[in-house]
Amino acid sequence: MTSTSPVNYPSTWKKPPLIESDLVRRGLWLGFAIYLALALGTIDVNWGRVAEGIPRGQKFLAAFFPPDITSRWDSILDGILESIWMTVISTVVGIALSVPFGLGAARNLAPRPVYLFCRAVIGISRTFPEVILAIFAVKLFGFGPFAGFIALSIGTIGFYAKLLAEDIEDMDPVQAEAIRSTGASWFQWVNYAVQPQVMPRMIGLAVYRLDINFRESAVVGIVGGGGIGATLLTAFDRYEFDSAAAILLIIIFIVMILEYSSGYLRKWVQ
Amino acid sequence: MAVIETSQGPEWKRRTMRQQWYTWLGWLVGTAIVAFSFKLISDKTIWFFVTDAGTQAIDMASRMVPPKWSYMDTLWLPIWDTINIATIGTLMALVMAVPVAFLAARNTTPHPTVRAAALFIIVSSRSINSLIWALMLVAIIGPGVMAGIIAIALRSIGFCAKLLYESIEEIDAKQVEAVTATGAGRAQTLAYGVVPQILPAFAGISVFRWDINIRESTILGLVGAGGIGIQLDASISTLSWTQVSLILLVILGTVIVSEWVSAKVRHAII
Repeated sequence: MTSTSPVNYPSTWKKPPLIESDLVRRGLWLGFAIYLALALGTIDVNWGRVAEGIPRGQKFLAAFFPPDITSRWDSILDGILESIWMTVISTVVGIALSVPFGLGAARNLAPRPVYLFCRAVIGISRTFPEVILAIFAVKLFGFGPFAGFIALSIGTIGFYAKLLAEDIEDMDPVQAEAIRSTGASWFQWVNYAVQPQVMPRMIGLAVYRLDINFRESAVVGIVGGGGIGATLLTAFDRYEFDSAAAILLIIIFIVMILEYSSGYLRKWVQ
Repeated sequence: MAVIETSQGPEWKRRTMRQQWYTWLGWLVGTAIVAFSFKLISDKTIWFFVTDAGTQAIDMASRMVPPKWSYMDTLWLPIWDTINIATIGTLMALVMAVPVAFLAARNTTPHPTVRAAALFIIVSSRSINSLIWALMLVAIIGPGVMAGIIAIALRSIGFCAKLLYESIEEIDAKQVEAVTATGAGRAQTLAYGVVPQILPAFAGISVFRWDINIRESTILGLVGAGGIGIQLDASISTLSWTQVSLILLVILGTVIVSEWVSAKVRHAII
């Protein structure tokens, strides 16, 4: 007879660590701490200026209340409408332009040179924020909403064409093959096999992009691209913070409406 | 899909007559809105500048090459600042977004009114662009990296909290119930029942937002909030196009690297 020694089960439980290796985990924490120390060390904060700014900030915030819609209503309405038209047209034109780029950037659809070219265009337009695009659009097309429209359209291509291409790459190949086997031409194939599969998601994304374009239309005005951003910047420059607060509230309100309706529309489409 | 009985037997059509009419009506209204928007935009456009844009673009491009490589020496610090703005801003945003997300999620919120307040924080932070936040913060705490960090943080709270509370609402209730059944308190339930389930989503969201913030922090300098945007603004104002092209290349490089890093990290986590 062999006697088994009692096994000592641990009586307390410890959460298993996220990263198995002790060395890697500590190394990551150490590296992170060093980076943080270096980064915080190089931030040049003028604490005197901050301290001076706090009462100024309170005054600043106090100047926001109550928001004053009425006294600059004409220019606010003008700016809002300009932003809305800019949003509508840049979304439509941007999406119309992203369809060919999206088709070209799908690996299962396009030949390799076309694929690489379209991916490069998408990559570049995605890299630069709309504001940088707007700076150059203003240089080329002059001040006003046209420049904002161009900038937002290019921004839309980068967003929409990329998602369209990814959606096409993920589509069900069986349906595509079925249509192809009926002897459909390339355009018929795209129209009857690809388009119905990607359409529901794409409509939802179009509404989402409309929402993004409206928000961005509020900032392209800061660099001269027209829209509500221009009105907002003027309000800031004139120290009319109550009007600025009204503009910000209107932007928040419109974005909220867009967000609710886009959620509703997406549910309805799917 | 509709089948219409004719004298020659059934005929297959994609839509019924009524659907066809509604489709056409939809297109008509849509086209009218786009045409109307375009008219309003074009009224505010000086078309001479637009037609002139091609020559302008060629002229600007010819002034941009070759990039002034020696300017790189002065760019290293702004790049470092830009990365710091994005990183520290994201960290600050995450710290603030986590409580907001728990208050906004339907299954963890203490009270519906608290939830409404949390949702309002999320929407207002999301609707106001980081450039506008920066504009306000520069006025309060003065120009510099600090204003940029706070602007990025305030802007990212809404984004992170929204995605996070959506993933909290989607958690598996059974695990939470199992932890509750052991007699765990409220905080323990959160720590052992909810948090492990949302940790992968949390990591994904942080890296995703960090990647977006790198892009956004490149433009904050335009309003004086630090980073490479200051150099971009200065170079454009002094018409030194060879410096502008170098800065654009640097931004492109930074964004590509950050995208690569975030893809790697997301791949490692999920």
